Amino acid sequence: MLRLGISKVLSGAKIQHVAVVSRAASDIAKKPEKIEVFIDDKSVMVEPGTTVLQAAAQIGVEIPRFCYHERLAVAGNCRMCLVEVEKSPKPVAACAMPVMKGWRIKTDSEMTKRAREGVMEFLLVNHPLDCPICDQGGECDLQDQSMAFGSDRSRFTDIDFSGKRAVEDKDIGPLIKTIMTRCIHCTRCIRFASEVAGVDDLGTTGRGSDMQIGTYVEKFFMSEMSGNVIDLCPVGALTSKPYSFTARPWEIRKVDSIDVLDAVGSNIVVSTRTGEVLRILPRTNEEINEEWLSDKSRFAYDALKRQRLVTPMVKGCDGQLKPVDWEAALLTVAKAMNQAGNKIGAIAGGLTDAEALVSLKDLLNRLGSENLCTEHTFPMDGCATDLRSTYLLNNKIAPVEEADFILLVGANPRLEAPLLNSRIRKGYIHNETDIAVLGPKTDMRYDYEHLGEDPSALNQIASGSHPLAAKLKKAKKPLIIVGADAMARADGGAIRTAAMKLSQELQSNIVDGEWKVLNILHKVAGQVAALDLGYSAGVEKIRNADGIKVLFLLGADEGTISRDDLPKDCFVVYQGHHGDHGASIADAILPGAAYTEKQATYVNTEGRAQQTLVAVTPPGQAKEDWKIIRALSEILGSKLPYDNLDQVRYRLEEVAPHLTRYGAAENANYFKQALAISTMAKGNISNSPLDVKQKKLEDFFMTDAISRASPTMAKCVAAVKKHMESKY
Amino acid sequence: MLSSVRKAGCSLWRGVVAPRSIQTSSALQHDSLFVHRDSAADNPDIKFEFTPDNIKRADAILAIYPEGHKRAAMIPLLDLAQRQQGWLPLSAMHAVADMLKLPRMRVYEVATFYTMFMRKPTGKYHLQVCTTTPCWLRGSDEILETICKNLNMKVGETSKDGMYTISEVECLGACVNAPMVQINDDYYEDLTVQDTEEILSDLKAGKRPRAGPRSGRFAAEPLGEPTSLKGEPTGPGFGVRADL
Repeated sequence: MLRLGISKVLSGAKIQHVAVVSRAASDIAKKPEKIEVFIDDKSVMVEPGTTVLQAAAQIGVEIPRFCYHERLAVAGNCRMCLVEVEKSPKPVAACAMPVMKGWRIKTDSEMTKRAREGVMEFLLVNHPLDCPICDQGGECDLQDQSMAFGSDRSRFTDIDFSGKRAVEDKDIGPLIKTIMTRCIHCTRCIRFASEVAGVDDLGTTGRGSDMQIGTYVEKFFMSEMSGNVIDLCPVGALTSKPYSFTARPWEIRKVDSIDVLDAVGSNIVVSTRTGEVLRILPRTNEEINEEWLSDKSRFAYDALKRQRLVTPMVKGCDGQLKPVDWEAALLTVAKAMNQAGNKIGAIAGGLTDAEALVSLKDLLNRLGSENLCTEHTFPMDGCATDLRSTYLLNNKIAPVEEADFILLVGANPRLEAPLLNSRIRKGYIHNETDIAVLGPKTDMRYDYEHLGEDPSALNQIASGSHPLAAKLKKAKKPLIIVGADAMARADGGAIRTAAMKLSQELQSNIVDGEWKVLNILHKVAGQVAALDLGYSAGVEKIRNADGIKVLFLLGADEGTISRDDLPKDCFVVYQGHHGDHGASIADAILPGAAYTEKQATYVNTEGRAQQTLVAVTPPGQAKEDWKIIRALSEILGSKLPYDNLDQVRYRLEEVAPHLTRYGAAENANYFKQALAISTMAKGNISNSPLDVKQKKLEDFFMTDAISRASPTMAKCVAAVKKHMESKY
Repeated sequence: MLSSVRKAGCSLWRGVVAPRSIQTSSALQHDSLFVHRDSAADNPDIKFEFTPDNIKRADAILAIYPEGHKRAAMIPLLDLAQRQQGWLPLSAMHAVADMLKLPRMRVYEVATFYTMFMRKPTGKYHLQVCTTTPCWLRGSDEILETICKNLNMKVGETSKDGMYTISEVECLGACVNAPMVQINDDYYEDLTVQDTEEILSDLKAGKRPRAGPRSGRFAAEPLGEPTSLKGEPTGPGFGVRADL
């Protein structure tokens, strides 16, 4: 709906279209001159078209605002940003007014102050005085700004006549609590829903003082990133349902961390009080998540208190797991491992951090075993995972919005990586990006060309026989994003080779040296680090290895391996934080720490290393994962040479130096060589249709050991199912 | 109107129980609801389809607007739907949204903004009585009372047979012919109680009463003789100094 780009509108009028383009091109060539304006008598040089508010922000003058938001379209309806411009008879709305040469803007004059005070008074006329029971209290824009810019006394005496406006609350799902009487009609939530989330379900109904924000009909706000409207809401109209009446912002401790529930690695802030995670908020990182967060990452935290493994357990002679102390547990495991010799295997799950991965690998290597694999499959033929460029999102997340053509192969970014999808949607809206999908037809929140489900279309595109080939070859910034589900197929290697071949061909047309066509999208946070450290992907190795005596599951909970795949006498050790599938088949359980409880390294799908920090201590007797492995190694008699985190990280650096360069994403190279090796592998693309595991919104919420244990996520699934039955 | 009801309610309350100070938030300031509630008459399961004639009209409306700006046809299309149905049910909004390929919310927004889109069942004859100051001074209260008594209904109600709806509206811009009533698309002006009853009996008889002023005026000219500008218009140069 938003996408009324010039070329689309003027599809019948090509000449005009060309004229527009050429004008734009000459604009770039000329590079517009900067113009000088004065903010409070301070000179600032800005690009033409800059708004007053942006110009003021450039020299650090903050103009109060409610409706304006950098990442959303300008609405200009709250009027809080009124400022005086010299020679203008009326104050102007700074958020929507582009500056003119030589303007003198006064952000602190009498007129500005009075304008703000007046606007604030009108906003407060219909705003309830319920700050003491409002969840937004203490972090409320209206509260803060009325302190700073409002009048010091009230003239509101209208209680007897008409009272304050009252608006009925809406039920928009299990995540967002609405108290619509508090709404000041900034329309940020509406704009977020329609621009970023792509769900045009929120709007304003009615008019004047009867106007209200809502869905008109009874409808949930069904989006995978709906929680962001809670952050956007400047007042307490939209608040978090799970967090309601839990804590005040001044009583909580905030710890910067990284989200691990998808492979994007969103930056988060974990709010805790008395050793309990109370909520998770996004932290701005322009290169990854901007300032958004997906609902799973934001609301699955309640699982950190449920289904936890809090004490070591060993299976007794009656076949039941019994709590034991650490010493007994480690001795039992060590005994089994000693007897096993080198017939040991290990499977690392999707939530495992790099420290634990390297410790476990070192330990098993010392014991003479190379049977280390990850739970999530990835092609191990051709160049396998020897070259990083074959398993990373090489072009990084942020530049996705610049792409002019995106080919998605067996991926559903909307549910696998919602924040990557928001970038694609941004490109789709603002940059005329064309998107084509090879795989099942699902709702991606943007229009795309569906190329069917036959993966061999990749070869046809590369050979030029596919109708899409010409378009793709003309693209200046094409991207091919291959999903983890496509890679997990038996013919994943062949699909990857075809994608690499096509990418290589497109790459040669591209002028921008930094632009990488080939991109792999992972689904889990631990996969890239595991591949970087030399784990082999997929559990085939364990299945095929004969006589495995001890299987070490490091947070492997997807049920990719079962008791039937293992010899009868195999001793299964599960180390992890949640009692999920892995723990249910284990003979011994070593309780580990979840991502909020350890300082650990995670590498996202771009190959960017980031670290989580300790927000709370692990529950019960649970310990940080690398420490458990280190302790076990000592009992086994092959002590790992690290005693503290720095030493583990030194070891990490030895293996893969980029793993400790936090925040940076190292570019991967050797595309040509990788292709050359891959083409030597045999195997063709089978014609079975490409599939993705997550197709509908209800598949989004519960995907790993943490989110499966979360009651909030369960409520979301139930709500989506209920919504499916609704008529709206 | 609403506030007077509130006041009456308050005094009644005070009469029965000892006066207490209570503060309530204001009731709706508008006589219609700005959220949808499913009802037997209005729910998304009720089918709405434009008639073949109206589809032609809709195509003609859509043809006015250039590609990329088709959503501008929303108000005319909603009006078309309302004329077909007599009011604007939810399913008609959905039909318009589908026709324009817009999210339904965007149509709800427009339909709730404009007061002339009737979102609840409305009678075949919608009697809109103007009660703004000029009409009120000229006796709109009696007109309204006559209508209510004649049809045995209150303001805002629709008769059980679905024939009449009475609304009290603000100025319809015919102050010079006050008091006035708008019935569907026609203005009935310069009304007296007798005129009103005549109009109502015509409606009941299935006739279409003659629209316009009832006082014998053609339009908005003075009643009876003109009181000013009676003579011939003066020519150019009138009242100008002789030496100019």
